[in-house]
Amino acid sequence: MFRGKRIRKLCSTAVVVLLLVGWAQTSAWADEILVSAAASLTDVLNDISKGYQSKSKNTVRFNYGPSSGLARQIEEGAPADIFFSADLPQMDALDKKGLLEAGTRKNLLSNQLVIIVPADSKLPITSPKDLLKADVKRIALAEPSSVPVGVYSSKYLTDEGLWDQVKPKVVPVQDVRATLASVESGNVEAGFVYKTDAAVSKKVKIVYEVPIDKGPRITYPVAIMKESKQKDAARDFMNYVSSPVAKESFKKFGFVVLD
Amino acid sequence: MISSFETWQITFFSIAVGLASTLLILPFGIALAWLFARKEWPLKSVVETVVLLPLVMPPVSTGLILLKIFGRRSPLGQWLYERGIEIVFNWKGVLIAMSVMSFPLLVRSVRTSFAEVNVRLEQIAATLGASPLKIFFVITIPLAYKGIVAGALLAFSRALGEFGATILLAGNIPGKTQTLSLAIYNFVQLGKDPEAYTLLGITVALAFLFVWSSEWLLRSEKRLY
Repeated sequence: MFRGKRIRKLCSTAVVVLLLVGWAQTSAWADEILVSAAASLTDVLNDISKGYQSKSKNTVRFNYGPSSGLARQIEEGAPADIFFSADLPQMDALDKKGLLEAGTRKNLLSNQLVIIVPADSKLPITSPKDLLKADVKRIALAEPSSVPVGVYSSKYLTDEGLWDQVKPKVVPVQDVRATLASVESGNVEAGFVYKTDAAVSKKVKIVYEVPIDKGPRITYPVAIMKESKQKDAARDFMNYVSSPVAKESFKKFGFVVLD
Repeated sequence: MISSFETWQITFFSIAVGLASTLLILPFGIALAWLFARKEWPLKSVVETVVLLPLVMPPVSTGLILLKIFGRRSPLGQWLYERGIEIVFNWKGVLIAMSVMSFPLLVRSVRTSFAEVNVRLEQIAATLGASPLKIFFVITIPLAYKGIVAGALLAFSRALGEFGATILLAGNIPGKTQTLSLAIYNFVQLGKDPEAYTLLGITVALAFLFVWSSEWLLRSEKRLY
């Protein structure tokens, strides 16, 4: 059977290809550390790791996702060397379970909450109270019960006494970038994101910056994992992340560096 | 900007692991589909439902279950870890996520094609002295051939599109576990639309090609028997 032969050929090619891929993946294991980092840190960490990579022999890989998902993975024993979270509770949870290497935890960064609207929006929103106006029908917010930016936003609105009225308008989305995307597309009238995220997009404008002292304290903690097998390499990268060069990068991307 | 090397690395990786997952589930899928189509056994409907679950459950919850099963804290994960096998944050995690998620599509398609094979032909072969195994490989499989290939193509397309289970089990690690779907997600996250569209184009082209071939195979079937 002609066709059968061809399929067999295809299958055997596939097997060879797979073996090659498998080999390539294992051979790259040498001195590699894995940093599980909040999605909102993607740009700045890529920038920092470029600088680090030019100085160090170690390879740094990143696993980007929502902090809550990353913490779950580590709880289930995922081999991350460093966890860079966008909020304290996720890190506290790992701390309580004894998964952090003692003395390595640091509160490195802070961020500011802002209200954004589509760049071409004509709605007069200049303060959180304006969100109550009838013209504002939908407000995008990262899932307010689990995703850090959502937790912070709802807490801030609660402190301002606005949450109960705003809540029916809230469209809970997956994370901060999804919030940004839904505001960009104009499907919602406003949204809450971090200043650093709003700075990336030209299709949204910031209409209100939550004052740092008034807003919730947003903290990005970082720590080495107890089960890390390359603690020296992980420490080396941690030192680099707290170095003046890295701090410049963080500031460049709109973060507030804590000392 | 995404380099063409990265684009090809991601595309190649997705296709390679997608193919592997399809080849991996093919024997199991065929065997199970045959049991579903030809045999009656206790709790059959329960097993059928469980196999179909990943098709309708949110992929993230399937991913969470897989993470629980294969994570280092679970007995199985621990056992594998002691033998140097790590599933989480690894291409093997991608493989498992893709396999589990595409398995129901394969089974459904193959099962239907087995059901369409005339049982009389199998019975005739049996009266002529063919063993059950020989009947299966000489009569049943060749007659159900198109449905099997179509099911495999469909499963492969599903594997390529897998996202939710993969990101939980294998993580989203550029250059290591990042598939087309995960890379698109990451670029959208970063507000890098041009890069996302490049990969999106590849995904659409691949998905179109495979789903179309699958449909074409099924439609071109003029029943001879």
